[in-house]
Amino acid sequence: MKLVAVTSCPTGIAHTYMAAEALEQAATDAGHELLVETQGSAGMDPLSAQDIADARAVIFAADVEVRERERFAGKPLVQAGVKQAINNPGALIAQAVERAADGPSAVLVSKVDESGGVGTRLRQWLMTGVSYMIPFVAAGGLLIALAFLFGGAEVANKVNGGTFGGVEYAGVTDLSQLFATAGVPGVLFKIGAVAFSMLVPILAGFIAFAIADRPGLVPGVVGGLLATATGAGFLGGLLAGLLAGGVAYALTRISLPRALQAVMPVVIVPLISTAVVGTVMLLVIGSPVAAVQTGLTGWLAGMTGTGAIALGLLLGAMMAFDMGGPVNKVAYTFAVGTLASGTPSAAMAAVMAAGMVPPLGLALATVIRRKLFTDAERKAGEAGWLLGASFITEGAIPFAAADPLRVIPSIVLGSAATGGLTMLVGATSLAPHGGIWVVGLIGKPLFVVLAIAVGTVITAVCVLAAKSLRGSEKSAVAAVPATV
Amino acid sequence: MPLITEDLVLLDLGTTDRASTTRALAERLHAAGRVTDVEAFLSDVAAREAQMPTGLEGGIGIPHARSAAVAEPSLAFARSDDGVDWGAPDGPARLIFLIAAPDGAGGEHMKILAALARRLVHQSFKDSLATAADPAAVVKLITEEVIDR
Repeated sequence: MKLVAVTSCPTGIAHTYMAAEALEQAATDAGHELLVETQGSAGMDPLSAQDIADARAVIFAADVEVRERERFAGKPLVQAGVKQAINNPGALIAQAVERAADGPSAVLVSKVDESGGVGTRLRQWLMTGVSYMIPFVAAGGLLIALAFLFGGAEVANKVNGGTFGGVEYAGVTDLSQLFATAGVPGVLFKIGAVAFSMLVPILAGFIAFAIADRPGLVPGVVGGLLATATGAGFLGGLLAGLLAGGVAYALTRISLPRALQAVMPVVIVPLISTAVVGTVMLLVIGSPVAAVQTGLTGWLAGMTGTGAIALGLLLGAMMAFDMGGPVNKVAYTFAVGTLASGTPSAAMAAVMAAGMVPPLGLALATVIRRKLFTDAERKAGEAGWLLGASFITEGAIPFAAADPLRVIPSIVLGSAATGGLTMLVGATSLAPHGGIWVVGLIGKPLFVVLAIAVGTVITAVCVLAAKSLRGSEKSAVAAVPATV
Repeated sequence: MPLITEDLVLLDLGTTDRASTTRALAERLHAAGRVTDVEAFLSDVAAREAQMPTGLEGGIGIPHARSAAVAEPSLAFARSDDGVDWGAPDGPARLIFLIAAPDGAGGEHMKILAALARRLVHQSFKDSLATAADPAAVVKLITEEVIDR
């Protein structure tokens, strides 16, 4: 196997070359081809771009910063100090071969800058998770929007079952019947829905990855899946990711007898971290979430007697609060319940309009003040227009997950305003979802559009104000490379 | 000027600690006219040693520095039967190489030192040095292995 290495030490006289020689010997002994770039004082003999391109993995044996390390971006990488390379070169070669065997997909870049303070690092952990999640939001959201465009919004019910515009659909339980029942739009919708089901697991997994590197991935993804399964939504996913990262990080730092060390990465760390995180998500987080949902559902049912505008404000706020999480589900389920009789529902209009606001408001914010957002967020903003217009509230999750304390209050305010306004004007909906694609089933559509526009502007203004106040913290984040 | 000569080889080292061993070798370099200022050179070596001890597993110590107090790229070698602690985790150093490089030395000089460093990871080279009978044998070995290769 072809490998490359860079060696480098403080003086550049001795260890740089000893490490190079030791690695070359060990590579030859193991039957591999290794080219070493010694960044020492005898002049640099740089690896050619072709050498690097041919190499299956890279070893950095360095006590000082490797120069021009961006040349190796995306390569499977093993990092060690020069002394490790001199004392145990065979182990590094073996690790490099192992990394190479995992293939380039195993090379993930975390945005964490080790030197940052707690607040900065927390934000970088969250941003790492968000940046890996955004393609899933885009892929899933756009596929669902396309399905609505080609098949009408009732395609969701054709696939999942339920009532749409007074028609009862059975749904598809046997996927081999999907195409026959729901056609191409049904297939697009299903793919999009599956991509969406990965949002929270990917978010949680890569938050944990940012904290603990590869050992964090398993507990993070499983914790995220359980957050989805228990209905804890993306806020549960944030929690799962941080917890998984912390547990995995702690486990990898326990020093054990040599005999046990070998099974740490393959057995012990994945086993214990996943068991701990899974238990917490199921037993500690799961029941309160269910209790909150029951409580909120009862409370909403009791609200029907009070003013319609208050109900609209409340439903709107709930839609934005956790976007697919427990609170959002309660509001949405309540609204869908009012549709059951097949009559136009004011609550449904309020919920749908309010649910369209968060992605639209954040998309607007990224256009007004680009500099306040990371590259990843700007891309999420571009997709946000269509996602918001299609009532895919999840389009705002990347923003909320990266900066929950500023984003969630802003979108709650905007969505609450929209929910209250639609109630005020007496708008209704016959469709449980679909956004702009079901405009024909909306009562007083022009007023609904106006209400959405007002909420969108409120959200954008609030989020920009909150982010402008961030001050010094932002500059630290801006220093982190934005590419993944 | 050759990298090493017989008067830069100490086979019966009387010192037992890092500082006095380095000083003994540095004074040989000074006597040979290769180091112009022993104190300045020692402080540069100590500065490097303070970053991270240069002792390596297998009984090797390689104190070194690039220093303005060095006139010629040089190697001084000491062998200690009792060993001198050089900060390696597995025990004291029995073979000690003090590498002196002039500040701003050209590539050719540094290449020789690089070649020396590369030879130091070879067990056969270390074994030969550990059993060399006299300074002349050490100089011959290093010259053959490093410079003439």
